[in-house]
Amino acid sequence: MSETDLIDAVLDRHRRDGTRLMQILREIQEQLGWLSPATLTAIAGAIAWPRAKVEGTADFYSFFYTRPMGRFRVLWSDNITDRMLGSSDLMSAMCKKLWLEPGRVSEDGLVSVDTTSCTGMCDQGPALLVNSRAVTRMTQARVGEMVSLIRSETPVAEWPAEWFAIEDNIRRKDILLDHGLVPGQALAAALERGPQGMLAEIKSARLRGRGGAGFSTGQKWEACRSAAGHGADPARYVVCNADEGEPGTFKDRVLLNSYSSLVFEGMSIAGLVVGAKKGLLYLRGEYRYLLEPLQAALEARRRANLLGSNILGTAFEFDIEIHLGAGAYICGEESALIESLEGKPGRPRIRPPFPVTRGYLDQPTTVNNVETLAAACLIATHGSDWYAAHGTEKSTGSKILSVSGDCERPGIYEYPYGTTVRQVLEDCGASDYQAVQISGPSGICLAEAEFDRRIAFEDIPTAGAFMVFDETRDMFEVARNFAHFFAHESCGFCTPCRVGTTLVRNLMDKIARKHGSPYDIDELFKLHRLLQGASHCGLGNSACNPVFDTLNKFRPAYEHRLMSLNYEPAFDLDAALSQARQMTGRDDAGAHFPDEAEA
Amino acid sequence: MNAPIAPPRKLRVATASLAGCFGCHMSILDIDERILKLLDLIEFDRSPLTDIKHCGPCDLGIIEGGLCNAENVHVLREFRKNCKILLALGACAINGGLPAQRNHLDLRDVLEEVYQTEYLVTHGGIPNDPELPLPLNKVHPLHEVVKVDYFLPGCPPPADAIWKLLTDLLAGRTPNLGHGLLHYD
Amino acid sequence: MNATTTFHLDGEEIPFTPGQTIMQAAVAAGTYIPHLCWHPDFQVNGSCKLCTVKVNGRFGSSCTMEAQVGMEVENRTAEIDDKRRTLLQMLFVEGNHFCPSCEKSGDCSLQATAYELKMMSPHFDMFYPDRPVDASHPDVLLDFNRCIMCGLCVAASRDVDGKNVFYMGGRGLLGRRVHISSESGRLADTGFAVTDRAASICPVGVILPKRRGFAVPIGQRKYDLAPISEQVKVKTP
Repeated sequence: MSETDLIDAVLDRHRRDGTRLMQILREIQEQLGWLSPATLTAIAGAIAWPRAKVEGTADFYSFFYTRPMGRFRVLWSDNITDRMLGSSDLMSAMCKKLWLEPGRVSEDGLVSVDTTSCTGMCDQGPALLVNSRAVTRMTQARVGEMVSLIRSETPVAEWPAEWFAIEDNIRRKDILLDHGLVPGQALAAALERGPQGMLAEIKSARLRGRGGAGFSTGQKWEACRSAAGHGADPARYVVCNADEGEPGTFKDRVLLNSYSSLVFEGMSIAGLVVGAKKGLLYLRGEYRYLLEPLQAALEARRRANLLGSNILGTAFEFDIEIHLGAGAYICGEESALIESLEGKPGRPRIRPPFPVTRGYLDQPTTVNNVETLAAACLIATHGSDWYAAHGTEKSTGSKILSVSGDCERPGIYEYPYGTTVRQVLEDCGASDYQAVQISGPSGICLAEAEFDRRIAFEDIPTAGAFMVFDETRDMFEVARNFAHFFAHESCGFCTPCRVGTTLVRNLMDKIARKHGSPYDIDELFKLHRLLQGASHCGLGNSACNPVFDTLNKFRPAYEHRLMSLNYEPAFDLDAALSQARQMTGRDDAGAHFPDEAEA
Repeated sequence: MNAPIAPPRKLRVATASLAGCFGCHMSILDIDERILKLLDLIEFDRSPLTDIKHCGPCDLGIIEGGLCNAENVHVLREFRKNCKILLALGACAINGGLPAQRNHLDLRDVLEEVYQTEYLVTHGGIPNDPELPLPLNKVHPLHEVVKVDYFLPGCPPPADAIWKLLTDLLAGRTPNLGHGLLHYD
Repeated sequence: MNATTTFHLDGEEIPFTPGQTIMQAAVAAGTYIPHLCWHPDFQVNGSCKLCTVKVNGRFGSSCTMEAQVGMEVENRTAEIDDKRRTLLQMLFVEGNHFCPSCEKSGDCSLQATAYELKMMSPHFDMFYPDRPVDASHPDVLLDFNRCIMCGLCVAASRDVDGKNVFYMGGRGLLGRRVHISSESGRLADTGFAVTDRAASICPVGVILPKRRGFAVPIGQRKYDLAPISEQVKVKTP
């Protein structure tokens, strides 16, 4: 098939609908390797969008390539937990074996090696993606074998299957992971209750969003249900947020791998309550490997009359479609996610209006976390009294934690809300711990004195990440890793976050180079105060949290690195003469700066 | 009885032009006859006006121009060490200004183009005399190397702005420039 | 004036009509709130954050927040102007803003706002990015070194000119940029004309007409005459 035919076939499959641009770009790139200027022109023409708008989307996402890429694209997960398992050395070894600089495509166009934000395999790292397939548990031996397979141009499909094995690692089950429901059971119970009755149950169960913010699910559904659709084609939508990008979080991966029936059923229940006929599951690009199994699961549900029309013999009509993301943490923010679903860069919208009144395609939309939707099934089946008997007064039910870092048994732990941090540390086999980062970089860093605090909305709200750091870990380096993460993931829309996250990253790098001074620490505090108040969305507002927390709780980790108490130059003075030395061949005393301490 | 107030000591001021064009110094002179009033209040240490070669302990250091070579850095550090207050005067001192326009080029290419490729000056190659200060890879503003206390932008800053700022500083007031005195061009 | 539809801006009573944002109501009352990406003729963008105010103790963008009866809005306080100055410094170090050699100097909103907020230095370390200049078009020059990502050219080309020549795409500090709608990425290969609204909307010196520069003598340019706070923008009739 020629390139043109191939592009046409993809476009036709998506009805030349611009709002499906993300899927169009991905499918074309999967076949052509990259998105050339001519490809983008062809797509823009077919969907009748300005070309710059198509390019703007292609340029936004990490996994879309507007320049030719290697036939093998290796992306090492760069979360701090991967680093703690040795990913940096392994990546360097791989680059050395391949005679390659990170981020560059080899001259023969064979391979590129680079880092990417956390791929959600923290309990089985170091992890990487090769041509969008996830590989876990990398070792020096595997690096060697992988390099040989790349050199011999062995297709990834023929690589050892065990490399691609991804474990659930479920260590503790509670009401959700031990649900005991059969497919259709919760939905039948919901249909029995009817939309109003089901909504009332959700409200009296006091279910709150599991994405971390803890907004009342009942209120959200009610607002969506009572909002009128707009325009010629009014509708309402249910969106399941499976863009699990918060570093250290991987519970949605496990839910979608082994509990997808519960998730899809929860979406259907949401559809019933809000009056939606369509649900969209936004799956992060890092979980590309789940696409086919999830599609098969949807097909099975259609065959079982759990999706489609006349569901379980009633008038209820609902179906689900999966949209794949392409590497952008910001799309976990619900309005950015909706932008992405519409084929645009993931830029958080101005709110209000909120998605519940004007969301996907400008229609009322409820965006819910994977775990929230799964929990709705329990409430449909067992009722609100049963559900609210678990957890605490303000945080009913259970929470799934993704535990990783320095512990003997990393993996998935489900607890009733109200469990102490110390309990989790004991259960996962952590010892000599000094800190826990809860809810990822945008969450909170806890020191030992706070380990009796509880996982609950009224104490420590969390999306689920639980990263443990023992006494050997350098909390400054942890914060620096997170600062790099935010600078990489800032969408660039608003000034404070676009520029501020890079300024923070640069200051952290300066301190890491041992060129910092107390002035730089003051700058970090100042940037924290600005970003927290002035940023457009939660990413910018929380981007300095890890720096702020560690500065408050682990300040000596910073102070050990300071060059002096005096103002220190922004750059290495002696290194700033390197090019002139090289060109003049000089190496005399005047061609160097004396050690700053003596100057 | 009130203690007698000692006549104020003259404040010692040093000035230097680094990677600049001396335009800011010209603008200092543009305060015209007010310089006589100024001389009642200050005395000059190192400055192009005095030809003193090294900066001694001073109350105020005024630097024009940014940092494009090693010598600029040495002079700046000498000023910072000796001056209680350091003032960055003019666009180049504050953001690199015109000399920083070379920052999007690689220094090696610049040297090669000027001393090796360009036929008018080919003879002699790239100068490597140890007496000459080496250029920095990039041009930098002053505040990237030392702490700067006050900034007066402008290319050059107008004489009235310099006068206002200096009289404010000498009187112990935080400088405050109104409309027309603060400009970047 | 109906006394029930007002709010307080730095203690001053500002009337508004329901649905108006704080910015719209302030401008209608002739009161200046610092801003860069907001323009009365276009859909709100909300990206520069210069118009951040404090409403009942919480920070928010005055260009996106609807006015409510009885709101207490802080605008020109030392605390907020200090944040705004920091935002300006971020914009100045992010691009290459060399005012002495820019034709827009004296008529530039970024520069005039920085004067208004008494920004004496860029404070942060300079990024000195390497951004492109596009001189392909016969009548218009694009110098992206000065871009502040306000999106006004995007809005003008889309909403007034109906040409969609520009689009804001890419991600983060290094990636975010104005895309030009042609396969070559050159302005000459679009339908752009010097008479387009987008050709005259840029608040800084990115989009400039060729063969015209430094036409107005220093001292007589827009912001030489009066500070930006005394020249509150009104909607084009």
